[in-house]
Amino acid sequence: MSTMTIAKAITEGLRATLSNDPKSFLMGEDIGSLGGVYRVTEGLKKEFGAHRVMDTPLAESGIIGTAIGMALRGHRPICEIQFDGFVFPAFNQITTQLAKIRTRTDGQLSAPVVIRIPYGGGIGSIEHHSESPEALFAHTAGLRIISPSNANDAYWMIQQAVACKDPVIVFEPKRRYWLKGEVDTENSPGDPFKAHVVREGSDATIVSYGPLVPVALAAANAAAEEGRSVEVIDLRSISPIDFDTVEASVNKTGRLIVTHEAPTFGGIGGEIASRISERCFYSLEAPAIRVGGFHMPYPVARVEEHYLPDIDRMLEALDRAFAY
Amino acid sequence: MGAAQQAASDSHEAASASTSSVNTGLNAATRPQAGESAGVLRANAVGSDEAVQLLDEQGHALHDATFSPYIAALSPETIRGFYRDMAIVRRFDAEATALQRQGELALWVPVVGQEAAQIGSGRAMNSADYAFPTYREHGVALTRGLDLADLLKLFRGVSNGGWDPRESNFHLYTLVLAAQTLHAVGYAMGIQRDLAADPATEPAAVVAYFGDGSSSEGDVHESMVFAASYNAPVVFFCQNNNWAISVPFEVQSKVPLVNRAGGYGIPGIRVDGNDVLAVYAVSKWALDHAREGHGPVLIEASTYRVGAHTTADDPTKYRENAEEELWKTRDPLQRLEAYLRAENLADDEFFTQVKNDGDELAAHVRKATLALGGADIRQKFATVYAEAHPLVAEELAWFEKYEASFVDAQNAETEGGAA
Repeated sequence: MSTMTIAKAITEGLRATLSNDPKSFLMGEDIGSLGGVYRVTEGLKKEFGAHRVMDTPLAESGIIGTAIGMALRGHRPICEIQFDGFVFPAFNQITTQLAKIRTRTDGQLSAPVVIRIPYGGGIGSIEHHSESPEALFAHTAGLRIISPSNANDAYWMIQQAVACKDPVIVFEPKRRYWLKGEVDTENSPGDPFKAHVVREGSDATIVSYGPLVPVALAAANAAAEEGRSVEVIDLRSISPIDFDTVEASVNKTGRLIVTHEAPTFGGIGGEIASRISERCFYSLEAPAIRVGGFHMPYPVARVEEHYLPDIDRMLEALDRAFAY
Repeated sequence: MGAAQQAASDSHEAASASTSSVNTGLNAATRPQAGESAGVLRANAVGSDEAVQLLDEQGHALHDATFSPYIAALSPETIRGFYRDMAIVRRFDAEATALQRQGELALWVPVVGQEAAQIGSGRAMNSADYAFPTYREHGVALTRGLDLADLLKLFRGVSNGGWDPRESNFHLYTLVLAAQTLHAVGYAMGIQRDLAADPATEPAAVVAYFGDGSSSEGDVHESMVFAASYNAPVVFFCQNNNWAISVPFEVQSKVPLVNRAGGYGIPGIRVDGNDVLAVYAVSKWALDHAREGHGPVLIEASTYRVGAHTTADDPTKYRENAEEELWKTRDPLQRLEAYLRAENLADDEFFTQVKNDGDELAAHVRKATLALGGADIRQKFATVYAEAHPLVAEELAWFEKYEASFVDAQNAETEGGAA
């Protein structure tokens, strides 16, 4: 066990992958000598060489498109998209090509490309640097979408993404890159596509993932002071979603809050609310409530605190759920 | 662009302004003028935007110091094989078009007119080389050893692919324009990685097919940037067939596409795409260049889509008959036939045999297509992901239960009727 930040845990996860899988390599903008704009790949070029840690031309479609070709040849590319809002030049390659190769080949070929995307707001940055586009990708069959919320998951999930035979997008919670946690480099936390109950409770369930998991935990702690026992689930995987774990929790608590930074409209929260409404209809004490971003382009930094779900908004949602 | 290219380009633009709306597809520098002998269209070496030609439109051999030796090295059998391939793919194309007209295919993408560009480039490839086609490379498919009936699975709605690309090194058709050019470059970069890891890897090159319409897509640009940066063994083979559905080439580019090669710092060769010998030689040169580690090459093959874009298209709405008639005089099959006959390399018996072989293939394709079953939705559930996926499993389970409910109802009816 050792303590490290989420960023460092990803670095160590990538280091382990590069050491264990000779077909794996990193590609992206500024990931070599600079170590990436968030320094997640720092030191890896020096250790593994430019051949394994490739600085690419500044072209996102080119990164994903060539990664697909290399994966078809049997290699394991791990691509970095510099920021969430810059993935869109590659959206075509990801959704029309990467996601569909297995189906198009009637199951004969896979393109197990891994795409790392730092995502989410709360860093006081400029336009395109704070977005949460995960639902756009989750809607696309053929892709797997995961998002670690802590250092241990960060260390393991990147390795599990590379080992997976399907394309995997890893959304990294960039405002939590410096959040420290214990990492067990010996024992994996298991299936990366399973949700974890990170706090047990009996009166309500908050489901979240990525950067809002610590906020949900803080909200649950605040609710406890008011005598409410709130369970918190870290979804970990956004596609597939582990509905079984959520269902078991909601059958126990009777109340569901889903929270993410992405806009609520058309988001992951709506999908969870809908499915759980079907599965847990007779257990629900209140309708599922979503706490998320507004239906607007991600706002300027000076007002992002009003956009991002925080403890108070989660507590307000809990109040509404308990009012039924 | 070199001075010569600039001059050629300038003269092309000047000529464009004054010529009629008839789109000849050859730029002013090489466009045959009335009364000129075809010999004016001399072959040119790499770096020029004049089209390399080894057979004039009457089938007379032309000499080129760089490219003629590639043809001199071929046996008569091989050259006859070029003709046979072109004739067979044309016959196949006619059969597929007929199948579409008869309601057996949802759509067909005719290749007629582009046979030389496809057979010449396809035959230049080694077996270890790999091709990434658009959706019109039926001729290349033939050269890669595909059963052409497999191409029709896509158009009959039973598969989005139809063959295992690993068996032929001929990738599946890609319908999103230009997306495959990046896959081709990535695959070529993968070959480089394999060679670096194991020098015993068989050297290979990749051909990225695309068209004049696709040349405007950003992915073509990015693919050339990546290929040049990493010196990837890839040949960009552009069939400039002059029309992107209804939009003429002039809307895509004001200069021959080959001129763009200089911007990426890679060699570019323009070739008469209806001259199978020239296409073969140029492609062979480019593939050798790439395979030997010298990096990517751009080939622009000037050709013409004699037919419609697809069977849903109507070229009479946007182009003139005179243009089509002009290009029919440049027919790739007639040109090679004239050469083979003039050189006494083939006789009537050969051409009769080719016709019979084409009819035989067409009959096979028709039979195989009509024998194709439907598609199985269960197989589609099974191929979304390589690894188990709970949502797919849940939806499949629901679907099975739903389907079974109809069977139960039918059984109940049957039992009720018997009682």
